[in-house]
Amino acid sequence: MVYGGVHLILPAQDAPRCAPVLRRRRRAAAWTLCWPASPPSPPPPPICHHHHAAQPSRGLPPSPLMGEDTDATLTLNHHGFLPDHNYVTEVVLGVAPLLLKGVQTDSRTPPLLHHLSMFTSVLLLTPPPLYPIDPPSQPEALSDSKVPEELRPSCPPLSTLESSPRMLSPIQVLCSDITTLSLEPEPFASYTEGLFSILFFPKADIISTVEFNHTGELLATGDKGGRVVIFQREPESKSEPFSQGEYNVYSTFQSHEPEFDYLKSLEIEEKINKIRWLPQQNAAHFLLSTNDKTIKLWKVSERDKRPEGYNLKDEEGRIKDIATVTSLQVPVLKPMDLMVEVSPRRVFANAHTYHVNSISVNSDYETYMSADDLRINLWHLDITDRSFSLFLSDIVDIKPANMEDLTEVITAAEFHPLHCNLFVYSSSKGTLRLCDMREAALCDKHSKLFEEPEDPSARSFFSEIISSVSDVKFSHSGRYLLTRDYLTAKVWDLNMESKPLETYQIRVFVHVCCEPEPLSDAAVSHCKTLFHVHDYLRSKLCSLYENDCIFDKFECAWNGSDSVIMTGAYNNFFRMFDRHTKRDVTLEASRESSKPRAVLKPRRVCAAGGKRRKDDISVDSLDFTKKILHTAWHPNENIIAIAATNNLYIFQDKLNSEMH
Amino acid sequence: MAGADGDDSLYPIAVLIDELRNEDVQLRLNSIKKLSTIALALGVERTRTELLPFLTDTIYDEDEVLLALAEQLGNFTMLVGGPEYVHCLLPPLESLATVEETVVRDKAVESLRKISQEHSPVDLEVHFEPLVKRLASGDWFTSRTSACGLFSVCYPRVSSTVKAEIRQHFRTLCSDDTPMVRRAAASKLGEFAKVLELEYVKTDIIPLFTALASDEQDSVRLLAVEACVSIATLLPQEDLETLVMPTLRQAAEDKSWRVRYMVADKFSELQKAVGPEITKNDLVPAFQNLLKDCEAEVRAAAANKVKEFCENLPEDNREQIIMSHILPCVKELVSDTNQHVKSALASVIMGLSTILGKDNTIEHLLPLFLTQLKDECPEVRLNIISNLDCVNEVIGIRQLSQSLLPAIVELAEDAKWRVRLAIIEYMPLLAGQLGVEFFDEKLNTLCMAWLIDHVYAIREAATSNLTKLVEKFGAEWAQNTIVPKVLGMANDPNYLHRMTTLFCINALSEACGQEITTKQMLPVVLKMSNDQVANVRFNVAKSLQKIGPVLDSNALQTEVKPVLEKLASDSDMDVKYFAQEAIS
Repeated sequence: MVYGGVHLILPAQDAPRCAPVLRRRRRAAAWTLCWPASPPSPPPPPICHHHHAAQPSRGLPPSPLMGEDTDATLTLNHHGFLPDHNYVTEVVLGVAPLLLKGVQTDSRTPPLLHHLSMFTSVLLLTPPPLYPIDPPSQPEALSDSKVPEELRPSCPPLSTLESSPRMLSPIQVLCSDITTLSLEPEPFASYTEGLFSILFFPKADIISTVEFNHTGELLATGDKGGRVVIFQREPESKSEPFSQGEYNVYSTFQSHEPEFDYLKSLEIEEKINKIRWLPQQNAAHFLLSTNDKTIKLWKVSERDKRPEGYNLKDEEGRIKDIATVTSLQVPVLKPMDLMVEVSPRRVFANAHTYHVNSISVNSDYETYMSADDLRINLWHLDITDRSFSLFLSDIVDIKPANMEDLTEVITAAEFHPLHCNLFVYSSSKGTLRLCDMREAALCDKHSKLFEEPEDPSARSFFSEIISSVSDVKFSHSGRYLLTRDYLTAKVWDLNMESKPLETYQIRVFVHVCCEPEPLSDAAVSHCKTLFHVHDYLRSKLCSLYENDCIFDKFECAWNGSDSVIMTGAYNNFFRMFDRHTKRDVTLEASRESSKPRAVLKPRRVCAAGGKRRKDDISVDSLDFTKKILHTAWHPNENIIAIAATNNLYIFQDKLNSEMH
Repeated sequence: MAGADGDDSLYPIAVLIDELRNEDVQLRLNSIKKLSTIALALGVERTRTELLPFLTDTIYDEDEVLLALAEQLGNFTMLVGGPEYVHCLLPPLESLATVEETVVRDKAVESLRKISQEHSPVDLEVHFEPLVKRLASGDWFTSRTSACGLFSVCYPRVSSTVKAEIRQHFRTLCSDDTPMVRRAAASKLGEFAKVLELEYVKTDIIPLFTALASDEQDSVRLLAVEACVSIATLLPQEDLETLVMPTLRQAAEDKSWRVRYMVADKFSELQKAVGPEITKNDLVPAFQNLLKDCEAEVRAAAANKVKEFCENLPEDNREQIIMSHILPCVKELVSDTNQHVKSALASVIMGLSTILGKDNTIEHLLPLFLTQLKDECPEVRLNIISNLDCVNEVIGIRQLSQSLLPAIVELAEDAKWRVRLAIIEYMPLLAGQLGVEFFDEKLNTLCMAWLIDHVYAIREAATSNLTKLVEKFGAEWAQNTIVPKVLGMANDPNYLHRMTTLFCINALSEACGQEITTKQMLPVVLKMSNDQVANVRFNVAKSLQKIGPVLDSNALQTEVKPVLEKLASDSDMDVKYFAQEAIS
């Protein structure tokens, strides 16, 4: 194959040029960084009994590389915690009194390390990857097949379009919530559940990416603990109309482990940043998952036969008496229960100095790209020891010493869905660049630059932060681009570079600030309001800056026909916009409001002092810790998957019709 | 009942069979590699009815096991009962031809191609051809890509109706939805064309070729360039212009640099395939454009082909074409902005001198060589220096020596040790071409300076360089120029330099012969046995062992042995060890 550009010879590490820059949320990163997601061997005693039939045992044959990971985990426990110990102390002190009851103190260990080791030991007791979906224990995921006909919820009323423009109903809430667990092996069983949930929550269960495969039959989620859970849609059955399209756990596996980069003294967290499915090539499914540094290719396959018959021992492994072996026996394959196997196929490592923010599979079926803050690499799916840098920010080579001069970083990148030579990447300055790989090997010159001229009057300290593009997605047709920045979602036409085709206000936190949308009319009379708006916005942004929310990276999604877009917001709200009717709706993904099969009610956020309708939420009561960053839309149908911290909600269009 | 003897012979086979499903991959792999032993023990009947069905379903295994299995099955004909039953091997190979791992699939296809030859024409139509059809119309693209490689082996041996079907299947795959399949079809297009009748090449292959060459994916288009070579060789000269050339011209000007790169990369083959007339009219301008391409990768690929292209030009007006068309482009490339392009050119440019003759070389090429010798990129300079022999034949190296020397000196002192290492390796060659006098005058000091380089690899290379020089210039020369300097280092305050003396002696003793070794080197070595650094002392022991065979037995007994015995009672453990090694 012919590729050009800058060849990276991979095993050679890049010189340790700089500390983990470019991640302004360092504190938050440090928080998750510290928790080993899964215990080093031996595996913990299972405290959770929710083992799904399709869930393979955790004894997946580990790749050699994963074995090394385990070593790194062990080291991490000792080295890994130290750099950020101030922060860890904060956490540990909060729970230490609890822990001390249960663990013997060793006077020789320094107090901090001691807490940490205890903390780790608590983590060891936490259950293995759990989206415990065993129906009986999980009321939300009640399987209708077990409920007698008359008890089944009746079909929700066909409410009129006025009352419920988007009739979505949750078909399932899948979650790994502490409250549903029984903590059986006892060492800490004397503590109340509530206290435990403090311990539990910030951990590995927070979902960090959601992705449907190309047919929509499978849905993969990745979490901060480096785990990937794959859900499979149950086939529709005529006898049980309500159970159609339910997604059940198909397979769960540990994709990444925490690591420690000794050259740069950097912890590499195991959080799954992105998952991408490969186009299906045979009966097995393939997906790419990445953390900050390493991309892995996984094969998910089914197996329903197993060999039987040994010559020298019986099926239980008892050695036969040799004298009884008089003829040779060839093993025979017998049917068995369906087993889902996940095996690592390739590991693409050592090509990124900074954090990988996106991966995207090319339509040529043989290459994919990965983007970090300053570099975009092109990989062949079969070749792990070479990659080709498609794009290198100048600064990487020119001024590596002075990272302060860095003005712009890559925030996301994606291939065109149909043309194998086109890709787009977005930057922290709010621009999009379209590159054509046919023109040159190194795509440092873009073919098109999509940029909206900045309004000088609205300029503030925050304008660059809020204009940073957090996600970019090609429409299925390949004609449009959807981008998300902090306050808006924009649709761009590939043929118009000067401004976006459509701009949608997300109203992430304040209804009022976006109310005077047509700013042009009667500008003078509105002047005062406008001033107010900006003032309010600024003060609000200040507080969002302080609690780091302003750096949240919201993703966005297209529906199958490119007519509706969806993106997340705070307070477990997510927003949908119909591009034709220009109507929009805010919906909430919460366990209280979304009972299975109930129809979601649109939510409204109103200004602090404004008039309130029933059900409206005051702007001041919005919960900024509940954010919906990751959403995915089924490629053809109106099924959406919403990740709200550690819960995954799957909603389906009740009318089985188009959304509008 | 089988007796005890029967059990004994059964046992190893039973273990092998059981290990086919062992948890350890290595054991499974071992077992698969001895599949023929198992089959032999089972006999042809049971191999067909039991072993093969089991193997057909083992596609869940690791790639390396599957790869070994695919390879084994290609040699299994006799083990299933000879050509009569060879079709029994098709099911396991068919399932292997659909796995996702390319190497396994390719191996399965290779084995299928192999056993296709062992099918009788009837079996081929009854068993093999349906398999190809099944693969070609499979649901997953892995099976369809595998099918592409099988058409050409069964086509020549089937009836004309089946032939028509095969052609139809190939056509379908060429316009498959997935680029993977189109790529596989494109890469097999040339091969398939070779087995087709000429009329079908024209009616079937050419339209497919044209379609693939204008595919929307450049990864498909670039494979069509390869097919172009084989198709062009099949067609009579008069058809080339109308059937192939439009596509080739289009490829040479493709919008995607990767396709143009492919054209540049295959240029010599294309040139041979289309013949001298088209080369003159079409390829020369195309080649000029590739040399001036805006993408450096394309220019580098084209630059690599400059010599070959010029060599293969029709002789009658070769010189005129080179001088008026190619050389101007080459001149530009000499000062290209990209160092890969320059170094690609530097690796072939010297070859032009033999084609152009003495006068042209002096007038036109020499300035280019001189510019490249002064290039900022060491790789360019190295490439020029490494090809000096071509110029030497034509104009003699004296013309270059004035510029050569500064270039060599600069490389010899380059900050990168790999560059220094590379130039050392060319020293014997240079010395041979420049002659003793020039060498003594200019280069000898360099060679000695490398002996005290701070990188061991350089010192080591410098030592072996000296050996090669002595082989070239003779022992007398060594005695006058090298040996005194080398031996002088024995008194160096740096023990590493003292050790270099020993290493040099090790290397030189044989080339210098007995007399120099005994008279000049041996005393120095023996004197060093009193060195205060243990590393030097044990290297003395090693050196003595090494030069022992060159010395006469008298010197060995009277001089070497006492010293070794003294070293054998040294206080240092390593010195003792090596001294004892040497004595024995």
